[in-house]
Amino acid sequence: MPRIAVIGGGVAGMEVAFRLSQLSFEVDIIEKSFILGGHVHKWQKLFPDFTPAHQIVDQLKNQLRDKVNILFGNEVIKAEQENTKHILYLSDGTTQVYDAIVITTGFKLFNANRKEEYGYSVYPNVITSSELEEYFQNDKPIITKENRIVERIAFIHCVGSRDEKVGNRHCSKVCCITAVKQAIEVAQRNPDAEIYLFYMDLRMFDRKFEDLYLQAQTEYGIKFVRGRLSEVSEKADSRLFLKLEDTLLGKPLRLTVDLVVLMVGMETAENSIQLANALGIPVGQDNFMLPVNCHSQKNITGNRGIFVAGCASGPKSIGETLADARSAALEVYSYLNCN
Amino acid sequence: MPNFGFSIHSPTHIDLDKNYRTIFNYVKVKEPSIQKCIFCGSCSATCTASNYSAMSLRKVNLLLHRGMVQEVRSLTEQCLLCGKCYLVCPRNVNTRRIILLIHEALKMPLS
Amino acid sequence: MKFDWFVLPFLSGLSFVTVYTSVKFYRWINKLSRGEKALLKKYIFSRSIWTSIKEIFSESLFHLKIFKTHPLLGYMHASLAFGWFLLIVLGNIEVKFYSEYSINPPYVPIFLNFFEPTTAPNFFGRGFRFIMDFLLLIILSGVALAFFKRFVPSKFGMKQNMRHRWFDRIAIFSLWFIFPARLVAESLSASIYHNGSFLTNTLGKMMSFLPAETLLYPSWWAYSIILGIFFFALPFSRYMHIPTEVLLILMRNAGIRSRYFSHPYQEVETEACSRCGICIDSCQLTSIGYAIQPSYYLRTIRYNELHREITDNCLLCGRCVEACPVGIFSTDIRRHERTLQHEMRTVKFKFNQNKFSNTYTEVLYFAGCMTHLTPGIKKAMTTILEHSGYSWQILDEDENICCGRPLLLAGQISAANQVIIHTRTQIEKTRAKILVTSCPICYKTFKENYRLNMLIMHHSQFIDHLYTHNRIATQYRNVNVKYHDPCELGRGANIYVEPRRVIEQIANLLPSSSEKNKAPCCGGSLGNTMLQAEEKKLIAKRALSEMNLTSADLLVTACPLCLKTFSAVSSVSVKDLSQLVAENICEKIPNNAQKIHKAVETL
Repeated sequence: MPRIAVIGGGVAGMEVAFRLSQLSFEVDIIEKSFILGGHVHKWQKLFPDFTPAHQIVDQLKNQLRDKVNILFGNEVIKAEQENTKHILYLSDGTTQVYDAIVITTGFKLFNANRKEEYGYSVYPNVITSSELEEYFQNDKPIITKENRIVERIAFIHCVGSRDEKVGNRHCSKVCCITAVKQAIEVAQRNPDAEIYLFYMDLRMFDRKFEDLYLQAQTEYGIKFVRGRLSEVSEKADSRLFLKLEDTLLGKPLRLTVDLVVLMVGMETAENSIQLANALGIPVGQDNFMLPVNCHSQKNITGNRGIFVAGCASGPKSIGETLADARSAALEVYSYLNCN
Repeated sequence: MPNFGFSIHSPTHIDLDKNYRTIFNYVKVKEPSIQKCIFCGSCSATCTASNYSAMSLRKVNLLLHRGMVQEVRSLTEQCLLCGKCYLVCPRNVNTRRIILLIHEALKMPLS
Repeated sequence: MKFDWFVLPFLSGLSFVTVYTSVKFYRWINKLSRGEKALLKKYIFSRSIWTSIKEIFSESLFHLKIFKTHPLLGYMHASLAFGWFLLIVLGNIEVKFYSEYSINPPYVPIFLNFFEPTTAPNFFGRGFRFIMDFLLLIILSGVALAFFKRFVPSKFGMKQNMRHRWFDRIAIFSLWFIFPARLVAESLSASIYHNGSFLTNTLGKMMSFLPAETLLYPSWWAYSIILGIFFFALPFSRYMHIPTEVLLILMRNAGIRSRYFSHPYQEVETEACSRCGICIDSCQLTSIGYAIQPSYYLRTIRYNELHREITDNCLLCGRCVEACPVGIFSTDIRRHERTLQHEMRTVKFKFNQNKFSNTYTEVLYFAGCMTHLTPGIKKAMTTILEHSGYSWQILDEDENICCGRPLLLAGQISAANQVIIHTRTQIEKTRAKILVTSCPICYKTFKENYRLNMLIMHHSQFIDHLYTHNRIATQYRNVNVKYHDPCELGRGANIYVEPRRVIEQIANLLPSSSEKNKAPCCGGSLGNTMLQAEEKKLIAKRALSEMNLTSADLLVTACPLCLKTFSAVSSVSVKDLSQLVAENICEKIPNNAQKIHKAVETL
């Protein structure tokens, strides 16, 4: 029976592995941490319908049970190829031989320290979207680091996305809708809070997203301002003073808030680039892996027997990631059956 | 058709049929990065000159794109060339050079 | 009087150079303002003229500064310049032993072996012939080195040669051929008359198979013609620097400086540039493929070529000025030319006068534009000021104001002056005792253009001051730190000691091969408006590798712009000096306890 390696145990990896096991292949998931679910594991609720994130992860885990072999705490150190066989050297010292490989290494969140002027890690009340998600574990009001209830909060879009200064020209796709979702969740917890979203362009690209945007405007009174933050400074009372431009009115805009949420974008992690190099897969200018083409062969890489799915080949929502994973599984199936 | 003496007052609309983009083209040839602007407003938000004047590089760039050169002079003359706009620009537009080139173009007899 | 027709090319060349140079010198000096002329006159007749004479010997002839750059390169320049100088001076003395006239035409010492074929049969006669042979050998070795330098500049401590134009090449080749021609003529003469010394006699003997009698006269002609070509080419080639450098040294030491574009001092500087190419290696734009260094820039000015983009494409970091063996202030020339190009006299700023504080505090902190984009520095300075015990305030807390230097660097002087007057009013309103700024660009402007009646300090100096007055104390950490001198703070304002003293209070300061006045520019300099982002990034990366951070845990700098530029590309973490201090600041502990603590940490 052909053996397949799935590198990365996030939602993409889990879905690929499950579908391939359904097609009765022997599948190994190589996961560098000791838990499955990747970034989704750390999320509370998902846009656009507030599905609890753990439901998706749990469902995927249940599907996998006993069907695939999971090599936790493992990374690929070296890769070799012999005819159609792929030999992977893993960090636990073992060597595995596979007939096909699916890369589902996903992404890494942008390190907000690199956008110095936003004051992340200088001012305690500047946090990232991923840190805000931790507040949503319960229904208590959102508070600042000094335990004040947040009365005014600003979400800053496109932090580390669409920004050549930090080397990321690409759009991370999901931050716009995530900000709308998170803004609503804040409004639910702090009903009196004034919530501002500062965007460059709002990209509500998928079904139900525009509805959520409308809901945010009408039901929760969330304010959308087209303008980009340039710098943050701290007042004596540890509130944050923001400098922006209202680009629709064409005037500088200044405001003081209690909490700033940076909508950090997606990047390729350094070890994913190393893996791409080891496996001989080209990466694009944005460092995400390049499939043969982006329409009909978007899971197929230039290297025979190696496939890619999920955010490893560019930012995707969870729905898109799962669909991409299933499509990759089918590509693997066709490849192995034609051999 | 009889002429009733009415005309559309010109400042109320942008007339892309009539506006000429000489300055934009002059700058574009020497500093192609002017075309990369996405009008996000980072530059104007951080602008030192915007503290006391209507200077907004985003606006200047838009006006040039639309061929409305009348307002450009009064705006760009307020620039302090401090370069903060360059440091925050997400598209790496070479902002200070653009200002200098606009000054240069405005000094030319054509404009 | 001794004469032969073959001296004509030499004689006309020499007369041409003399007349041309005299006219040129006269016109330059005439173009100086009345005050500057008086300054020059006063200087020439003062006792300090001796320092200039000393400098003319050590720099124009002996090239001491080039010796410091690289010994072999120094030898090459010195052997040609000083060697030739001695050859002429001693040749003139030697003539005295042969000639009945007290004044001889200038060609006699040059062609002495022709006019006086028999060596004076005494000690002096033989001695002088020996010395002349020896000097010729030294010069020939210099020529040989100059020839090899064209192929292997690396052996001379240079990465590349200057790319010369065809006209300069003619001048170079004629210079190179002067001395071999003299050697041939004198050797042929020696093979007939045995009037040479160790070099020419030996060579003469080796050439005895040649028909020396027929060849000798044409060889003197050849020598004279080559000299003539060189002299005719000199005023229009790089070799005009030979006479001009003397005038430059006098004018500079008299205190004259260029005040506007094409000021006579600048014209002297332009022609005093020998295009030796030392600035090319010191320039960080060389490696990304721009030929904009002073050698090239001054050449375009001198020959009136179009060079607008060369003027703007410079970091104004000042490394070339530090490296220049002639002492040309090329960055000033650039700034003056930018004024010519970019000056906007129509600008009228309308400042809002009431936006800033007018309350009194001892210390006034001016963050500066750039510091607003590096909140880490601002926060660190707040912590330090909080611990300093002084009363303090931030002038540009919410809205930053500009010091005016970016406009100055771009050449918009009248606009800059308006900004300076406005900002000075805001600063003076607070009547503070100490003005502290985090930005070296602001610091330099405050010092040079503001005439403020208060103590102006860069934050590195201020922190150093706090240490010496025991106002703050810090924890010692066993980390290895390399310090990067920002251009405007180091070369610009000569502050090298204070930041180093501060770092040594907290960490191990590692020495670096390129620091102090040799420190590289981060590439983010406001001086340059031409470079694209990718090029700036490349400069920053190369600057980091030039500083070699392999053994360092941390790179410390003292400029918000350097911090921002470096942290975008560095694999080693980068911090501002103030951040290093603020992170390790502790409540004051007695002096000796701190020392013990320090000792324990190092153990």
